[in-house]
Amino acid sequence: MSQPIIIDPVTRIEGHAKITVQLDESGKVKDAHFHVTQVRGFEKFCEGRPFAEMPSLMARICGICPVSHLVASSKACDALLAVRIPPTAVKLRRIINLAQIMQSHALSFFHLSIPDLLLGMDVDPQQRNIFGVLAQHPEMARDGIRLRSIGQQIIEMLAGKRIHPAWVVPGGVSEPLTEEKRRQMLILLPEAREITLRALAWFKGTLTRYQEEIASFANFPTLFMGLINESNDLEHYEGLLRIVDSDRRVIADRLDPALYKTYIAEKVDNWTYLKSPYYKPLGIEEGTYRVGPLARLMVSERCNTPEAEAEREEFLTNFREAYTSSFFYHYARLIEILYASERIEVLLNEPDILSPRVRARAEPNQLEGIGVAEAPRGTLIHHYTIDEDGLICTANLVIATGHNNLAMNRGVLQVAQHFIKDEHITDGVLNRLEAVIRAFDPCLSCSTHAFGEMPLHVQLFDNAGIIVDERFR
Amino acid sequence: MNIQSREKVSVATVWLDGCSGCHMSFLDMDERLIELAGLIDIVYSPFVDTKIFPEQVDLTLVEGSVSSEEDLSKIKKIREHTRLLISMGDCAITGNVPSLRNPFGTEKVLQHIYLKHAPSEIVPRLLPKVLPIHQVVPVDAFLPGCPPSADVLYFALIELLAGRMPDLHDVTRFGK
Repeated sequence: MSQPIIIDPVTRIEGHAKITVQLDESGKVKDAHFHVTQVRGFEKFCEGRPFAEMPSLMARICGICPVSHLVASSKACDALLAVRIPPTAVKLRRIINLAQIMQSHALSFFHLSIPDLLLGMDVDPQQRNIFGVLAQHPEMARDGIRLRSIGQQIIEMLAGKRIHPAWVVPGGVSEPLTEEKRRQMLILLPEAREITLRALAWFKGTLTRYQEEIASFANFPTLFMGLINESNDLEHYEGLLRIVDSDRRVIADRLDPALYKTYIAEKVDNWTYLKSPYYKPLGIEEGTYRVGPLARLMVSERCNTPEAEAEREEFLTNFREAYTSSFFYHYARLIEILYASERIEVLLNEPDILSPRVRARAEPNQLEGIGVAEAPRGTLIHHYTIDEDGLICTANLVIATGHNNLAMNRGVLQVAQHFIKDEHITDGVLNRLEAVIRAFDPCLSCSTHAFGEMPLHVQLFDNAGIIVDERFR
Repeated sequence: MNIQSREKVSVATVWLDGCSGCHMSFLDMDERLIELAGLIDIVYSPFVDTKIFPEQVDLTLVEGSVSSEEDLSKIKKIREHTRLLISMGDCAITGNVPSLRNPFGTEKVLQHIYLKHAPSEIVPRLLPKVLPIHQVVPVDAFLPGCPPSADVLYFALIELLAGRMPDLHDVTRFGK
């Protein structure tokens, strides 16, 4: 067997990873893997700590989407307190969660992927970054910097700090919104909308240049999973899970996220710290599913804001390849930014948004709590158990990026098979192996803290591929 | 690369065992990034596609602590090839959140997550203890905070570019 091709590190992604491609004697692609190389162990070192520390500690899982962890963790703590939080606190948490989606999607699209999409997959790697974009297309780089900044500014205005704020707390939020800040946020939103619409128009115009990438960037049928609300609308803060197939046929509906262990299982591979969950009733192959912006548009039936709904309608009607190709995650991400900018405005105009009642106070009243939210990258679940003193016994995290692991790996293999024709492998080909991963926008510092208590199936193979040990939990 | 860019200060940013929050704070400099792009060349970073650390870098900002065998060899190599090495953020400076695993021990943590079979091929092996950067290699300056704010990063960069060691007394925050 010939030496594998190794890409190390994978760059312009949010995390630590390598890609390996194994060729056979004739130089044909035999296999390819995406390896996640960081693991930290939050689910272990939370043991014995006071539950109220969890939101701030869990936010440190990820500097890109700390707010998502803050929200899911605080919701799990709401369940431990057994309180229903004030309606204004729900709205304020929704705003900060949407601002998080706006800034994180902007980062993924502009700072990390635009160099591939605007300068080209084959451009000189020295130029292929946001600073190269700044030099050649300053207006595009400025748009990206500005859009991400608007999301971050909203987070800072609400929570006092852009990264790792502490404002979302068990029982609600720690401080009400002021009229001054509300006014400032409302001023920012039209610009976010303009930038997003500009990016959408540009992106639609470039799609014809990327037919090969559309055809090969994880382009295969899978399931899709995401939250929807009771009207089956796009939802990011609460609701129930729906699973559809690549024809948008509903496979499972109204799944209670709290019962995740009954319908999701996972497998462990020896070559990555990231586990691979799948939809248990259908097994690993048929049960592979995707989450995140594209999945959310696939499972929901409408966006309840006008401009995002018009874009969603056009997207799902005109671009049928989006039902199978992960290249379209970029497109879905832009539609979600548009939705966030509209929805935040609606929430800021709610009559009770300045209400001082934003926090329910209680001692723990339940020993188990589960919190769910849609993070930028997909469904996020925090699940805690505590003892009578409120100290954490177990912390289990179901992280958005993990859900996509099987599809990402199949995507890397598909790109390798499509573009590696002989032993002459260009930099542009290697870049495409990374670009398919960028389309999923994985967040790897998050992803390896996952699924500690799931039904687990571990297989150990020897060099000949024979199973030498197998364990189930 | 043109002559003008050769005159710029070369800067690397490195992400070891951290959450990327310090790198996000770097991006939070927003429009000031455009000004900085005229003064520095980012030659190695998660934001650019260089895969091998360059021969000689003027200034390297390191986020995160030393957690795996790969982090260890990486930071030693970086120290050899960089003029000024800066610990960026609390994980680099104290071990912070990643080092919470130390009282339990790495084996216990891995066992908890993966049962008997922690991944061992391709992925780097974890060290028995998470270490701050300066316990492994000499560090020239420290920028505390979780993360250090964009204002702190900007102030420190501008001071360093002017050839001064930044005095962070009035601008820093620690542990928040």
